[in-house]
Amino acid sequence: MSGPSRYNPSTGIEKWLDARLPIIRLGVDTLIFPSPRNLNYWWTFGAILAVMLVSQLITGIILAMHYVPHPEHAFDSIQHINRNVNFGWLLQPMHAVGASMMFLAVYIHMFRGIYYGSAKNPREMIWIVGMVIYLLMMAAGFMGYVLPWGQMSIWGAIVITNLFSAIPPEAAGTSVTQWLWGGFAVDGPTLNRFFSLHYLLPFLIVGMVILHVWALHIPSNNNPTGISIKTKADTLDFHPYYTVKDAFAIVVFLMIFSWFLFFMPDSMGHPDNYIPANPFSTPPHIVPEWYYLPFYAILRAVPDKLMGVIAMFGAIGVLFALPWLDTSKVRSMRYRPLAKQFFFLFVLVCLGLGWCGAKLPSDLVFATGVDADGHAKGLTFVWFSRILTVYYFAYFLVILPILGLVEKPKPRPASIEASVLGNSKGEA
Amino acid sequence: MLKRIASFAVLAAFVAGSAIAAGPKADLKDVDWSFEGPFGTYDKASAQRGFQVYQEVCAACHSLKYVAFYNLTDKGAPFYNPDFPNSNENPVAKAIAKMFTVSDGPDETGDMFDRPGVISDKFPAPFANDMAAMASNGGALPPDLSLMTRARVDGSNYLYSLLVGYKDAPEGVELSSGMSYNPMFSGSKIAMAPPLFDGSVEYSDGTKASVDQMAKDLTQFLTWAADPKMEQRKATGWAVMLYLLILAILLYGSYRAVWRNVKH
Repeated sequence: MSGPSRYNPSTGIEKWLDARLPIIRLGVDTLIFPSPRNLNYWWTFGAILAVMLVSQLITGIILAMHYVPHPEHAFDSIQHINRNVNFGWLLQPMHAVGASMMFLAVYIHMFRGIYYGSAKNPREMIWIVGMVIYLLMMAAGFMGYVLPWGQMSIWGAIVITNLFSAIPPEAAGTSVTQWLWGGFAVDGPTLNRFFSLHYLLPFLIVGMVILHVWALHIPSNNNPTGISIKTKADTLDFHPYYTVKDAFAIVVFLMIFSWFLFFMPDSMGHPDNYIPANPFSTPPHIVPEWYYLPFYAILRAVPDKLMGVIAMFGAIGVLFALPWLDTSKVRSMRYRPLAKQFFFLFVLVCLGLGWCGAKLPSDLVFATGVDADGHAKGLTFVWFSRILTVYYFAYFLVILPILGLVEKPKPRPASIEASVLGNSKGEA
Repeated sequence: MLKRIASFAVLAAFVAGSAIAAGPKADLKDVDWSFEGPFGTYDKASAQRGFQVYQEVCAACHSLKYVAFYNLTDKGAPFYNPDFPNSNENPVAKAIAKMFTVSDGPDETGDMFDRPGVISDKFPAPFANDMAAMASNGGALPPDLSLMTRARVDGSNYLYSLLVGYKDAPEGVELSSGMSYNPMFSGSKIAMAPPLFDGSVEYSDGTKASVDQMAKDLTQFLTWAADPKMEQRKATGWAVMLYLLILAILLYGSYRAVWRNVKH
């Protein structure tokens, strides 16, 4: 941890323990550390994500006590949980809806990081560890969606695992795909290993979260001004100031979560997943969970299969390089009038890609007329997603690097304290 | 603050929009169901009649394999009676179970045998297996109905619309033998013959058994079968929301108190 420890063991037992296993010191120094005094509500999503992770772990461990990872029994066991297990009707949707809510929170958390320059020097490692967490979440979410063994489960698994068959056979594409399947098709062995990995990944996420929080404690939080902490007057102790603010935000978030959970539990899933998996009947329209849709749109935007797969993984990979692609010396886009506009356009592009991912590629965004055969013609979703994909990559590879060099930032306050108290130094 | 609210609204719209992205093909009839909305509950009388329709009409071909007889008298179920908080003691479930014949065994000589149903039995399937079901239905498999209203987009309206949606095939549409025309069904050609006719069942409560009435009753029953814990879930939901609201108010007060001397 940065800075001197704030813990003073007062009782004999505490002193004895502190000399042997300073675990109370670790806890105190994790919670009582100087944080910028101007953090807004966008900074509460880290704590919200921690709560959601714990919620997913608890519900998931209990569900695993009743779930059966076998193609003949998986679907039935989910119904058994929902109909016969005590409070199973609460736990199973809590886990499924909870996954969606966790992705909602992580996307807000990431957009906040991009907007306020939280990824940049000296916080590159916080961002990179965060991206590893995000990747692990994507893998855990995907495998979790396969477990109920409904139609979207199996067909989602078929589509995604087949991405690896885009690798040429000479480069072991076929071997890798069969190794993932544990056979020659998505079947029992696939389900069984996905269950095993789905149980493993959350604990890897917990480990990465510890690194994420550890790395955060070195420079402390970024803040809406993006200006580094200079004096003690710039800061407040995390506890109690931000524990109470986070707690309030967590409860508000839980209310949104509860609304979906109790009153519209099916709204984030697909009805086809209430049909048992059938490898001989392809659903007319295979869609992944909503949180993958932007990447699914990028995959389908590229006509070549291998290039599509590369583009999709590249869309995530490019995020790892964000700390160096954003070349501006100014962290917060609050003082970057141009970057701000490109950022909001980027958010819209991500939402637009999600929209494209949910539609059939040949559907029309809008019609401009009819062709010779009398069919409506206009901008198809596949072309719309191509335009958006170009912006997505251009944002990271062209706009951010150039903008940092050419943009003239607005004047910034002298310090966090000055930004809070106005231009002159006043009493706290 | 406005911008914050706007950003949240965009995100919420995105989540909701992607969830409902896969809309139905033909326009479904939108019925004002009693179970819709955060306060919605099942219409028990209608669901009981719907059970009768299932038993006398649908059960000939369609299984209901996730529903046990005791479920019928559970809290929130069509035959729940507050005098019997333990649904196992409710005589209605026992009487209904007895009406069904269940295959059991093997007995001590290794043979399967038939016996009357008991409350812990699930609804028995009308056919021994999928192949037998297809052989008896012109090659089409009558799907299990336990989750039908959740396995289709806007499932309750879909089921009702399908049941009342049978029409004579328009000119130019060729129907092979055994097929019927129903524009609510994907592709409009359905292997299920129109299942309901006025008076298909005789309701004991005097309700006139029109096709429309039976379709609505059956939808009530099958919506319950697909989501039997709905009433329990919504009631719990309101308690949770109230608890969280009070907690949020207290925490906001604590937040203001902790930060009262700090400009930020």
